[in-house]
Amino acid sequence: MAETALDGLKVLEYCQMISGPYCGKLLADLGAEVIKVEEPPAGDAARTRGPFPDDIPHPDKSGLFLYLNTNKLGITLSPRTTSGCQVLQRLAEQADVLIEDRPPGEMADLGLDYAALSALNPRLVVTSITPFGQTGPYRDYKSHHLNLYHASGHSSFFYVAPKERRKEPPVVAGGEVGDYDGGLAAAVATLAALFSRLTTGQGQHIDISKFEALLALERVVVARFANTPEPPDWPGMVGGLLPCQDGHVVITAVQEHQWQALMELMGNPAWAQDEECRNEITRSQHRDEIQPLLEEWMAQHPKEELYHKGQTFGVPIGPVRTSAEIANWPQARQRGFFTHLDHPQAGELEYPTAAYRMSETPWQGERAAPLLGEHNEQIYCGRLSYSREQLDRMAADGTI
Amino acid sequence: MTKGPLEGVRILDFTWAWAGPHATLLLALLGAEVIKVESRRRLDHTRLRSLMTGPTMTSPDHSVIFNDLNIRKLSLTLNLSQPKAVEIAKRVVQISDVVTQNMRPGVMDRLGLGYDDLKAVKPDIIMLSSSAVGATGPERTYTGYAPTFAAMGGHAHITGHLDGPPMPLSGAVDLRVGTTSAFAILAALYYRARTGKGQNIDLSSTEAVSALIGHIFMDHSMNGRVQTRAGNRDQTMAPHNCYPCLGENKWVTIAIACEEEWDALRRLVGDSRLQDERFADASSRWQNQEALDQLIAEWTSSRSQEEVTQALQKVGVAAMPVLDGPALVQDTHLRERAVLQPLQHPAIGEKLTVSPPWKFSRTPAQIDRPGPLLGEHNQYVLGQLLGMSSEEIERLVAEEVVY
Repeated sequence: MAETALDGLKVLEYCQMISGPYCGKLLADLGAEVIKVEEPPAGDAARTRGPFPDDIPHPDKSGLFLYLNTNKLGITLSPRTTSGCQVLQRLAEQADVLIEDRPPGEMADLGLDYAALSALNPRLVVTSITPFGQTGPYRDYKSHHLNLYHASGHSSFFYVAPKERRKEPPVVAGGEVGDYDGGLAAAVATLAALFSRLTTGQGQHIDISKFEALLALERVVVARFANTPEPPDWPGMVGGLLPCQDGHVVITAVQEHQWQALMELMGNPAWAQDEECRNEITRSQHRDEIQPLLEEWMAQHPKEELYHKGQTFGVPIGPVRTSAEIANWPQARQRGFFTHLDHPQAGELEYPTAAYRMSETPWQGERAAPLLGEHNEQIYCGRLSYSREQLDRMAADGTI
Repeated sequence: MTKGPLEGVRILDFTWAWAGPHATLLLALLGAEVIKVESRRRLDHTRLRSLMTGPTMTSPDHSVIFNDLNIRKLSLTLNLSQPKAVEIAKRVVQISDVVTQNMRPGVMDRLGLGYDDLKAVKPDIIMLSSSAVGATGPERTYTGYAPTFAAMGGHAHITGHLDGPPMPLSGAVDLRVGTTSAFAILAALYYRARTGKGQNIDLSSTEAVSALIGHIFMDHSMNGRVQTRAGNRDQTMAPHNCYPCLGENKWVTIAIACEEEWDALRRLVGDSRLQDERFADASSRWQNQEALDQLIAEWTSSRSQEEVTQALQKVGVAAMPVLDGPALVQDTHLRERAVLQPLQHPAIGEKLTVSPPWKFSRTPAQIDRPGPLLGEHNQYVLGQLLGMSSEEIERLVAEEVVY
């Protein structure tokens, strides 16, 4: 087996749902040992969210949970009990990283905040992921993906609706992507802190606000509004989303040679010689006249044909694809983007891996997501040297 | 000034446009020294044009967009069509830790700057190449931009109104790809610090989109089912939508996750129709969410975004205004956390810029230098780092090698 990038790194993850677990998954998939701490009796709330096989809910078969918790070890522990809190402290003493997503202040109430834990282990990096960060007027606000996504400006920026739909409310991006964004930003920051620790020997506390992680992804647009009180109206790109025979394609022929390539793909129509088509600015000003001409032509061709033929001509064009079409896409399959993992309850399933192929330290699917408490004995008896009897007692008194 | 966590790391950056520069922007904000290789012959187009910000710029040094995506970087102008420029680039590689590039797969190899070429002069170099669909596979030469990545990665298909067309999202897609690249580079740096080994990283922008919505593929894997557009709806929560408020195009989002929150909302709204048995439990509320949304909208539409948000948050219900650019710039929370910071630029004056999305207790990220003027750091890189004499540099400028 190849080496892993994060071999030997010990991570504790006390998180639920998407952001924190995605941060943990990114590290686990590159070889870190991630111990996922779930509170009894139900564990991570993601276990109650679909998709489930045949839509039958089962705590070990949630597709959301399975995807976000690959390569982790799972233990049950209630840090809210005195004994559970002590156990978490012992685990933190041995760890390099703690990722936590409790509401601001709660870890301090439990005696598990950065100040307390760094006194036990000065090398520990603590990454706190919350909707709005540890400070500021919104810090105690509740917020789900819907709220954060819309508040951070994303839906106002990308939503250039056709005229007939402009009265409709803005719409959230699918797939809870903004929660993934928070986890990805947290993983970048956590690795940077670990890199710095190689020379300083010191850990630190990282405050991640999911709101700000989303906002930072629109930094270009925010900078525009912050610096130009009344920015010019964006007339819109010619092309973009276009209906075609069997769905939609997206065309971003922004540079001159790309527009010329698009005209070639379309057989150099006579109207392409008109003054309105002279350059990007004129085309944009006459978008309402030119766009229907593109639509009319695209409507006669299927999306995959448009994609391959267009790319051959040099047009940046992509088909709007479903998850099934992507799962069967030869390019992704040949690159090994999907892998199979076997799970004792959910069975063998196909999972997306990661976008990066690292020549020395490839993505590894060593194990599927843990069952609730699957590694209690391994960690508590093996790592912390509790006896079987102590383990039974801890289970009986609700510690684990 | 405190040192950033990546202090001492040097990156030679051949990327342009949005996604690649965002990756190295994050690393620059973390303290790395990023040397951006550019040329008058092939300018990063964000220096010159953007329909989004208005007219085409007349100078390469006046673009707010370029500035924002290249804060803290250094600019070295090299005309890579000249073999001498390629040799100089390789000399900088020898004193660098990471090389990044996002040209069409194969271009860097043809220039003599592929991974094997760089490894020959710097055995432990880390190289990240980011492209539309990856540097291997039958479609490796295909190109794309943020909206095509969103389309092909599966995100456009699941974003949009219930009865509406798919939405290819926005430039944020590029920044997501860049953040993914930054993560991979950091993992490789951590590995190299412990083993001494560099490596080659081949990143597909389209796959980066798919990985960030990965669980939708599980539904296909489990049930052979394709997820599609659901507007603002959630799979279980209701109410879960945008509701109109006082004012033009003003909205508030409300999401109810449990009975406690539902009771709090119902008490606050005080509308007896919400007692109806159609809304008695979570599943019936979900089934009847259209009717439910109408009642909630009746309540929100005579109130301001702030009033609704504050009243609901006070009783423990998740609610937030839908904010646009001007509103975000004024937002009190972002102000208190100093998220927008002023940055002085020699050509365009003081500009507000967005801080990185992390706050470190020991190694705060730095915004201490704007995006570079074109070729601003030629003297530093060629003279100070490579030890060239002024005459030598002048000759290279005259020969349009440094150009």
